[in-house]
Amino acid sequence: MSKQYETVIGLEVHVELATKTKIFCSCSTAFGGEPNTHTCPVCTGMPGSLPVLNKQVVEYAAAVGLATNCKITQNCKFDRKNYFYPDNPQNYQISQLYYPICRDGAVEIETEAGKKTVRIHEIHMEEDAGKLIHDEWDDCSLVDFNRSGVPLIEIVSEPDMRSAEEVIAYLDKLRLIIQYLGASDCKLQEGSMRADVNLSVREIGATEFGTRTEMKNLNSFKAIARAIEGERERQIDLIEEGKQVIQETRRWDDANSCSYAMRSKEDAQDYRYFPEPDLVPIVISDEWLREIKEKQPELRDEKKARYKKEFDIPDYDIDLITSSKKMADLFEETIAICNNPKKVSNWLMVETMRLLKEHNMEPQDISFSPKNLAKLIQLAEDGTINSSVAKEVFEVIFKEDIDPNQYVEEKGLKSVNDEGALKATIEEIIAANPQSVEDYKNGKQKAIGFLVGQTMKAMQGKADPGMINKILKELL
Amino acid sequence: MNLMSLTAVELGKKIKDKEVSVEDAVKAALAQIKSVENDVNSFVTIDEEGALKRAKEVQKQIDSGELSGPLAGVPVAIKDNMCTKGMLTTCSSKILENFKPTYTAEAVLHLEKAGAIIIGKTNMDEFAMGSTTETSAFGATKNPWNLGHVPGGSSGGSCSAVAAEECSFALGSDTGGSIRQPSSFCGVTGIKPTYGTISRYGLIAYGSSLDQIGPVAKDVTDCATILEVIASHDTKDSTSIKRDDYDFTSALVDDVKGLKIGIPIDYLGEGLDPEVKEAVLNAAEELKKKGAIVEEFDLSLVEYAIPAYYIIASAEASSNLARFDGVKYGYRTNDFEGLHSMYKKSRSEGFGAEVKRRIMLGSFVLSSGYYDAYYIKALKTKALIKKAFDKAFEKYDVILGPAAPTTAPKLDDSLSDPIKMYLGDIYTISVNLAGLPGISVPCGRDSKGLPIGLQLIGDCFQEKKIIQAAYAYECTREYDRCDLAKKGDK
Repeated sequence: MSKQYETVIGLEVHVELATKTKIFCSCSTAFGGEPNTHTCPVCTGMPGSLPVLNKQVVEYAAAVGLATNCKITQNCKFDRKNYFYPDNPQNYQISQLYYPICRDGAVEIETEAGKKTVRIHEIHMEEDAGKLIHDEWDDCSLVDFNRSGVPLIEIVSEPDMRSAEEVIAYLDKLRLIIQYLGASDCKLQEGSMRADVNLSVREIGATEFGTRTEMKNLNSFKAIARAIEGERERQIDLIEEGKQVIQETRRWDDANSCSYAMRSKEDAQDYRYFPEPDLVPIVISDEWLREIKEKQPELRDEKKARYKKEFDIPDYDIDLITSSKKMADLFEETIAICNNPKKVSNWLMVETMRLLKEHNMEPQDISFSPKNLAKLIQLAEDGTINSSVAKEVFEVIFKEDIDPNQYVEEKGLKSVNDEGALKATIEEIIAANPQSVEDYKNGKQKAIGFLVGQTMKAMQGKADPGMINKILKELL
Repeated sequence: MNLMSLTAVELGKKIKDKEVSVEDAVKAALAQIKSVENDVNSFVTIDEEGALKRAKEVQKQIDSGELSGPLAGVPVAIKDNMCTKGMLTTCSSKILENFKPTYTAEAVLHLEKAGAIIIGKTNMDEFAMGSTTETSAFGATKNPWNLGHVPGGSSGGSCSAVAAEECSFALGSDTGGSIRQPSSFCGVTGIKPTYGTISRYGLIAYGSSLDQIGPVAKDVTDCATILEVIASHDTKDSTSIKRDDYDFTSALVDDVKGLKIGIPIDYLGEGLDPEVKEAVLNAAEELKKKGAIVEEFDLSLVEYAIPAYYIIASAEASSNLARFDGVKYGYRTNDFEGLHSMYKKSRSEGFGAEVKRRIMLGSFVLSSGYYDAYYIKALKTKALIKKAFDKAFEKYDVILGPAAPTTAPKLDDSLSDPIKMYLGDIYTISVNLAGLPGISVPCGRDSKGLPIGLQLIGDCFQEKKIIQAAYAYECTREYDRCDLAKKGDK
């Protein structure tokens, strides 16, 4: 490859909003119901049914818009996007084309190369479709409308990203903002956040964009990174071979690290958008907008700044703790009880992270309560248990959220702080290990470690190692 | 006494006073249906068993005092584009020939709660597209005044059923004149209320921004009474409006002194049948005699109403009717290979010619490249028409004109020339585009003996004014019954 190429990437991100009910009817959005149990005439497209807008959707969409520095369209409208597909019961999707709720936003991302702004073209609200289930045995397809009408927002960026790293940073930024707002849990694997990648390449220095393709079916950050790399190479190869990049939609096959064409621009559908006549325009009054602004929680950047000011913990820790809303909430709720930011941070940074990794879990999946973590920290702090016991107990808290006070009591895990009893044991250990005593006296510092270990073993791990050390030295 | 010769309110009073049982009323309606239905074909579905069963229940509720409203026990027919739970709702289309809704339309629920007995579902132009009730997949409805003529449309079945006295009153729907025009052709009274007055929930949409349900009955009193029962603010319909007042019957006063009535010159011009013109101007004269101030004025823009209407209504229809695809309910072709073949064949076989024409027209005007030139232009025209009416209502309380340029055409005369048929909507369409209330009341018959309708148009939410004017006019004449209706007198 003689020429140098630049990758130009824009993203269309769909986010499922965390409303309790659907966007145009009062059916539940809960996952996992029996097929077609969360349905009604509206979300199954029955003749004569009419949509009624769920206001919470507007609030979430506007909140995301505000947090991404968008202008809010205070007079916005829904439009119909017409296309035939069996998962779409009305054969049109209620979406927004002409007056999307948010426009002209931007977020700042940070990569190793530094800080950069990614502009947001628009955010619009729309309804999700149902799910098709293909029954190969009976050679037929079935439709489950439980997801039909679940509210979505689509966040459309400008083509401002130049690498997979920037794309991941942008997605991470959006994910955190939206999670902090409580507007969605943004799980890529479960589909509550989905990203389509629009990508083109051009020679470095070129001012015109190349022909772009749209990549779908990207279910993880890793898949996105691989798809970007793969598509970049595919397009460069085409150009190098003197061929044209065709504007088309492609589907990424992550297992085989390749993509294939779904449909080209030529067979692109004409969606015949027009204003949805069954819904009245949405008027977001100044007052309503102010209420939404007032409800806006502290977002990550603000939180980071505050932690830095209020708590004496390293930047790295702040970064990690605030990298998920769940973790930050846990941190704040725990210190509210035990007022020991440093210790809480340590427990989250070290043990919690380790166990998350071990169990292949996300911070969102954490189920233990701040109350029990605070109690554990207290037990360790006042020497009721030693640090290795504390770690053991934490594992149980992590898994089952048990009350550590009760657990330590029941299992007899308290440290033995009775100096007399400890002394007696240590004397026995000294008597039983003359060689080690000899070594220590001859200057082998390591020997004392062996004696501490032996004592600990005899005490079934329930002694304070510091105290053992102190008594040992006195006796020797 | 022939119970079916009574108005709905008269019959309701006799039932309430225990002079007549609900069962007698329902049986009278069913008997008249048996006698004339073969001739007129007003109904798609007749629910004899359900109606008789319901009659017993309602009678009990009346006897216990639970039900005391004016429509309790009165037989009603519902246009077949309003959902009725468990009862066929076809829109007179093959594509819904087997469709039984899982819920009942809001307006119909209001009637059920008021104790009205649903006797059946009436024939209509397929999906309310047409002006003659000839585009029905279940055969044309005939005009009870002359079986060689159409009843008008699209609520032709509802209007003919009322005129032939197969029911005491009916519900129709009006997108471009579909209540007023057939009311005029059949010599009955029908109101298209202000857009948003009656919930559209459960009304199978044709042109969503124009559709409105309304009553069809023998007289203005019935219509005002029915309107009071079915009008409501419904949170299930986002376009439903919370009105300040849902009282319509207090306008039933024979007094038009000082009422300012405007007649658009445009409504009396080319294409208007001289006999219709004479009857309408005579009616205006009657109101003048009663003290109304009547003058002609220039409404303008009338000629743009028809193209604007057919673009907007067809555009909405092309999308509204997309859901009829053979996947979830309704007709599915027997023989297909793959999804697209099923879609195409089900829809090609399931829809009639007029519906297909409007779906194609609507799809075309919404296509990229044409959207601005057609759809957006039509919306602008709509806004201008509304403005023209606003200006007129600064000066007049009521606008008066014919409901249709002619009396009912002969069967088979209209469909061969759709443009001519579309032009027949000229006096009714702008009312829908502007969202206004309009009423059609009988004002005589032509030399062939076919009824002529007088249309009165009011400003938004001013139903009372048109009801009052219509009532005052109605007081000057007797209700004219057709011979077919009189068959029930024997």
